[in-house]
Amino acid sequence: MTTLIIIICVILLMVVLVQIARVTELTAVIKGEREVLRDNSLWNGWLSLIFLVLFLIGVFISSWNYRNLMLGYGPLQSASEHGSVLDSLFNVTLIFTGIVFVLTHIALFWFAYKYRYQEGRKARFMAHDTRLEMIWTAIPAVVMTVLVVRGLNAWNTVMADIKEGEDYIEIEATGQQFNWMIRYPGPDGKLGARDYTLTTAGNQLGQDFTDPKNWDDFIPSQEFYLPVGKKVRVRITAKDVLHNFYLPHFRVKMDAVPGMPTYFVFTPVKTTTEFRNDLRPYEEYNTPYDPADPNGPKRWEKFEYELACAELCGKGHYSMKRIFKVVSQEEYDAWLKTQESFYLTQVRGKADDPNAGKDLGIESEKVQEAAADTTAAQAPAVL
Amino acid sequence: MANVVTAAETLEEKLTQEIGYDDHFHEHHHGDKYQSNFITTYIFSTDHKIIARQFLITGMFWALIGAGMSIIFRLQLGFPEADLVWLQPLLGKWIQVNEAGIGKLDPEFYYALVTMHGTILVFFVLTAGLSGTFSNLLIPLQVGARDMASPLLNAFSYWFFFLSGLVMFISLFLSTGPFSGGWVAYPPLSALPQASDGSGAGMTLWIVSMSLFVVSVLLGGVNYITTVLNLRTKGMSMWRLPLTIWAFFITAIIALLSFPVLFSGLLLLTFDRSLGTSFYLSEIVVGGQILDRVGGSPILFQHLFWFLGHPEVYIIILPAMGIVSEVLSVHARKPIFGYRAMVFSILAIAFLSFIVWAHHMFMSGVNPFISNFFVIFTLIIAVPSAVKVFNWISTIYGSNFRFNAASLFGIGFVSMFISGGLTGIFLGNSAIDIQLHDTYFVVAHFHIVMGIAAFFGMFAGIYHWFPKMFGRFMNETLGKIHFWGTMVGAYLIFWPMHYTGMAGVPRRYYSIENFDSFRHFVGLNKFITVAAIVVFFLQIVFVINFFYSMWKGRKQTVKNPWGATTLEWTTPIEPGHGNWPGNIPAVQRWAYDYNKDDREFVPQYVPLAEHEHDHGH
Repeated sequence: MTTLIIIICVILLMVVLVQIARVTELTAVIKGEREVLRDNSLWNGWLSLIFLVLFLIGVFISSWNYRNLMLGYGPLQSASEHGSVLDSLFNVTLIFTGIVFVLTHIALFWFAYKYRYQEGRKARFMAHDTRLEMIWTAIPAVVMTVLVVRGLNAWNTVMADIKEGEDYIEIEATGQQFNWMIRYPGPDGKLGARDYTLTTAGNQLGQDFTDPKNWDDFIPSQEFYLPVGKKVRVRITAKDVLHNFYLPHFRVKMDAVPGMPTYFVFTPVKTTTEFRNDLRPYEEYNTPYDPADPNGPKRWEKFEYELACAELCGKGHYSMKRIFKVVSQEEYDAWLKTQESFYLTQVRGKADDPNAGKDLGIESEKVQEAAADTTAAQAPAVL
Repeated sequence: MANVVTAAETLEEKLTQEIGYDDHFHEHHHGDKYQSNFITTYIFSTDHKIIARQFLITGMFWALIGAGMSIIFRLQLGFPEADLVWLQPLLGKWIQVNEAGIGKLDPEFYYALVTMHGTILVFFVLTAGLSGTFSNLLIPLQVGARDMASPLLNAFSYWFFFLSGLVMFISLFLSTGPFSGGWVAYPPLSALPQASDGSGAGMTLWIVSMSLFVVSVLLGGVNYITTVLNLRTKGMSMWRLPLTIWAFFITAIIALLSFPVLFSGLLLLTFDRSLGTSFYLSEIVVGGQILDRVGGSPILFQHLFWFLGHPEVYIIILPAMGIVSEVLSVHARKPIFGYRAMVFSILAIAFLSFIVWAHHMFMSGVNPFISNFFVIFTLIIAVPSAVKVFNWISTIYGSNFRFNAASLFGIGFVSMFISGGLTGIFLGNSAIDIQLHDTYFVVAHFHIVMGIAAFFGMFAGIYHWFPKMFGRFMNETLGKIHFWGTMVGAYLIFWPMHYTGMAGVPRRYYSIENFDSFRHFVGLNKFITVAAIVVFFLQIVFVINFFYSMWKGRKQTVKNPWGATTLEWTTPIEPGHGNWPGNIPAVQRWAYDYNKDDREFVPQYVPLAEHEHDHGH
């Protein structure tokens, strides 16, 4: 029944359109070509002006309306050191392009209105004007030079790798369908070697456990902590297809490529708590976090730095969310103490431990006990 | 004006007989042995005018399919809680019904629709439908040729396009679904059926279809270039060519140089998919399976793809620029401002289009040092683009501007090109691109600057040359409803995407509700979806107008209804095979003598008066 009604509606609509077409053709014939052209030009000239005014007003009102939701404005200032440089470059570009946008649109629609067809008006024969053309070639060229110089300065600073002797933390992000695994280097500060052929269900990252650097590496399963004010180098890898390590609040984005590790270096400058407090004064963030629970926590109270994937990686692409918490150095150190080595808790003493039988001299008593309990009972892990 | 036209017609006949180019066409023209029945006339025709119409109507078919797909995925995106069970008769198993009885679009199929939408619109509609239609229609008519250099290759060009479309259409019905890894088809996702259902048979058909498409483009391109270079009528020097022809000519050169690179990229991809090579694959563990592929690089594919992909956006936009230059000049009754600057900017854009491809890859892991060069060349493109915009605006300045559907779409094109072009200055600067790459800002940018703008150029061309194609006019009232509705609607769809992009929302997300940082845009997403549906129905108005006018539209009574100077309006109202019944008019001047001295317009076949300045020199 509904289908029938829809079909009838569509047919009626087509009939209406065809009738409009026929009626307007007839009136055009009655009025004569010249009059139609004059009327048309008057009407559409006015419509051009109205469009121009509404368009420009709409642009300004809508951008004002969303100012506290866009990165770089209102409370969403960059949470990383380099981010504010990028934001200011964005805004410089916005000013230049904004001026051009407004002026060219005014000229376009105003001229169309002003020079609309009128009987007896003679168009001017202007084929070219070398001086004018020189000027409007030179101005964009100069503006572009400014933007290129500023842009490349920023780019080369932001993309620079760690220099020798710098103090930093290195972590590793590995994208796979459809989640992120984050590996921390442990007390030695160094990430252990990986070999993708060693990947098993119990060794998702293919860590090579004969490399001592791997023995203290840990892979948190829930939240990932970073200390505020310390340089972080993220080593970015992928297991299966392309992913993209994307931290919007830090202006961090880099593809994860299978077979070719990439990196991004950034310094968080705001803890999660500080960011929450910055959001607090703004109306947009004082709405309930869960609309179904109006008395529950507000949005600013539940704010977290989110990690997303920004390179299409398959049907679960939109769901690769993780949370990073930026905390003070003390809290970070405390969190580090609670983290346990992946090797010692998950692999050491099990059937697929490549160092089985060797005394590595690193085990805590707890681990040795656990290992003693389970050595015999372990079944080999399946791929 | 009517008087002028009649006077010109007699003058035209006289001039064509006296100084026109006599290629003895009538002597061996005993009927048309190649077009003797319905099938050879309308289906397997070798006449460029029929082939142009075939490209146009096929393009319109694909435009409706591609736009319809966008409506379906926009419904899911804008109304994630809505029940889509009513789409089940159309989409079958791709609508998943959950326990509560609510039907949702399957995420895999969501991505398939996004992929098909991109592929169809970029290649089938805005390359074949736009360039194919107008290059075919206008090149022989405006340069003064009987047909293309090789009418047979020209027909092949269309039929390869048709085959390519057929293969793509078939892939929509596969049980694993069509290819779903994005129109850019980046491996490893596109190389590994284990990683995505659509990368199995769907991707195989996608590659076959695109390869056939490359053949079509190359056959067309060779023809366009040869025709422009060799078949210009007497007196038609390069500097007397209308800007449409310059645009089509340069577009064909770009296409000829870039499409083969896509083919080579796809060939290597086929080897990786079927023969076990590792051009693009290295150290992959997928679905628990360790692949023995090492040493390849997915970034190599990106280089090959974008070496086509970036010129491709100019393959789309240059014909639209040419059409708009011509349409604005004719309806402004003024010469196009800065003709030579327009030609040189086309050449500059074409040259630069080959050395900016890696600006799509700033965040893909290429060496950041390399990006420096691509930033510089990319931002240089802003200069010739700005020159073109200023010249279009100056063409309107001081004119006697006739508002009709064609010229309105011309103005709309300039507005869209400005809005979308300016956001390119953000994205081309790699430092800003860190934040904006793969967000909705990019979606807004390219939809406005090459999607909507190219469509507007195409619409301007269709409304303007409809009389030349069908001997009738399209309805003006419906045309104006179509224009104003689409103009406002397109901005309502794409303008807000700048804001979501600046808020960091990534593109190609099935749902934004997982992320607290993004989910407040759910309301805006609804708004965009509603606007998209309205704009879609406005295009139906265009389609109805098109087919209604084809059979019932106002008849064209004079040869040159717009008072244009170019040669296509010197052919009979319904030109037969060979375009001109007798001699081909010889060209005496450039194409833009409007309101020169006291003459409203001076067609190209009118000889220069004594001491008259020749602008086409």
